[in-house]
Amino acid sequence: MGRYEVIESMAVADCALDIEADSLDDLFVTAARALTELMVDPAGVSADVEREIALTAPSLDLLLFDWLSELIFLKDSEQLVFTEVSVHVDGSSPTRLEARLRGAALDPARMTLRADPKAVTFHQFAVAARDGGWRARVVIDI
Amino acid sequence: MKAVPVADCIWEIPPSEKPGMLVPARLYASERLLAAMDAGVFEQITNVACLPGIVRAALCMPDGHWGYGFPIGGVAAFRTDTGVISPGGIGFDINCGMRLIRTSLTEDEVRPRLRELVDALFAAVPSGVGSRGFVPLTDDAFREVMVEGAAWCVRHGYGWPEDLAATEGGGRLPGADPAHVGARALQRGRSQLGTLGSGNHYLEIQVVPRGGIHDARVASAFGVERAGQVLVMLHCGSRGFGHQVGTDYLRLFDEAMPRYGITVRDRELACAPFRAPEGQAYFAAMNAAANTAFANRQVITHRVREVMSRVFGRDPRSLGLDVVYDVCHNTAKLERHVVDGETLELCVHRKGATRSFGPGAPDVPDAYREVGQPVIIGGSMETGSALLVGTRHAMEETFGSTAHGAGRTMSRAQARRQVRGETLIEAMEARGVVVRAASRSGVAEEAGLAYKDLDEVVDVVHRLDVSRRVVTLEPMGNIKG
Repeated sequence: MGRYEVIESMAVADCALDIEADSLDDLFVTAARALTELMVDPAGVSADVEREIALTAPSLDLLLFDWLSELIFLKDSEQLVFTEVSVHVDGSSPTRLEARLRGAALDPARMTLRADPKAVTFHQFAVAARDGGWRARVVIDI
Repeated sequence: MKAVPVADCIWEIPPSEKPGMLVPARLYASERLLAAMDAGVFEQITNVACLPGIVRAALCMPDGHWGYGFPIGGVAAFRTDTGVISPGGIGFDINCGMRLIRTSLTEDEVRPRLRELVDALFAAVPSGVGSRGFVPLTDDAFREVMVEGAAWCVRHGYGWPEDLAATEGGGRLPGADPAHVGARALQRGRSQLGTLGSGNHYLEIQVVPRGGIHDARVASAFGVERAGQVLVMLHCGSRGFGHQVGTDYLRLFDEAMPRYGITVRDRELACAPFRAPEGQAYFAAMNAAANTAFANRQVITHRVREVMSRVFGRDPRSLGLDVVYDVCHNTAKLERHVVDGETLELCVHRKGATRSFGPGAPDVPDAYREVGQPVIIGGSMETGSALLVGTRHAMEETFGSTAHGAGRTMSRAQARRQVRGETLIEAMEARGVVVRAASRSGVAEEAGLAYKDLDEVVDVVHRLDVSRRVVTLEPMGNIKG
């Protein structure tokens, strides 16, 4: 299971994340988990809505950018957050992913709400293979 | 990177400090505020100084802090013939801004009903992540909002005709074109008109404290007559619609830059020549988003009037619920400024900076033409806010710009560690400030300890004469997302 850490010294009004995982699939799953945990306490989210997402992008970093942007889009367009996420990433060019997500509509009566992410930024944005695993840095505008 | 003092509260980083800088970077701050600016500010403002077509200097206001692309508090003006436009110089929350509404009510009249008022406003103005607005819009109606801005709201009964004159740009920026807005932006934002959002956005009941009027003549011109007068301030922007416009064009510019031979020091500064098709398309979409932000603040104003009328049992006009002014602090606007003796049309980017036009300047409403435009600077939820006035000197020094807030000094996570939301709400209630929030952790993140001293920020812009102190405002009730 991947790990993420909030980098507090960067972009203090926003949320800078360092994300690490053993595999590319897990990197994308962990990034989605970090984003969900930014928005709500996942403990209050029942997984009763299902969505499938397929994306292609010219490069791996843009695929991660588009993936997180898609989840932010669904938060506003359908008020959905996801707590169960599986992703398969194909890193060969053009990169692509297929994801299956389960989650629920945001409900302040049943969930502990946190922040409302606006967008993924390109500030210090990076995705790289490292020490046999994968690492990404993403700053989310809050 | 060394900032050299060049005048009182003005520091400069010369172009020799970083390869590629075309102009110096100028920071406006006291010694203490400069020391409080994080390293990212210096890196980012000097990156801005490298962008093609920038004139005079890249500027950072005293509330500046580490953002993405531009620092928050960043101002830069680019020639429209040879310069660029950059979403990273505006922010995703296009036309995030402040609106101030005065009332004829006094603190003594409001305090007995304060909790009822705050509860009613919290119920009437949707806030927090995932909230939906109360104005039903078809796609075609939303496209009308993009073009007409606050005027669409007034036309549909969500406001008074005179609200428009009390809004920057009349609440409708020219050049908005829905044809340059993607379907996803429309889909994302259509249901959010009339929502506050989250983070540092708020709706606040405020009072003029004793000794809070610093310039009685200008305060009177703004309809603020006495200590104890109650006002309503709101801080929000273009919501998911603007955020998606920013995302779509950032992505587009990232791929377009190589075609124009542009390289940037921070990928978030992705840009396109202003006159290129991509630059013009973004400008049209950004203006559409700016107009929806005006509309958002306009329909919330309508809600405020409805709620206050109900709570106090009086017609909103008899409560004197007039808009003092509505200012943008995340935009790029076409303005004419004098540079090296020549009047140029410039694309002035302000990211976390407020326009501060002085007496007689274009777009200052007739009612304020003799004194200058109102400048609304929002502080933290604990410490209050400030009403200032624009100056002629700002046109010469800062392209007619000033600060927009107190400016953060602490990360959100650190603020959460230092104070719990519940504890802060209780402490504020003990001081007579009623708080309702969609997110308790969000309240902790916005604690006063996470921000610079607003008085010091206001003192710096006053000393610099890029805006002048008029009224201090203290919170009585706060609604947060």
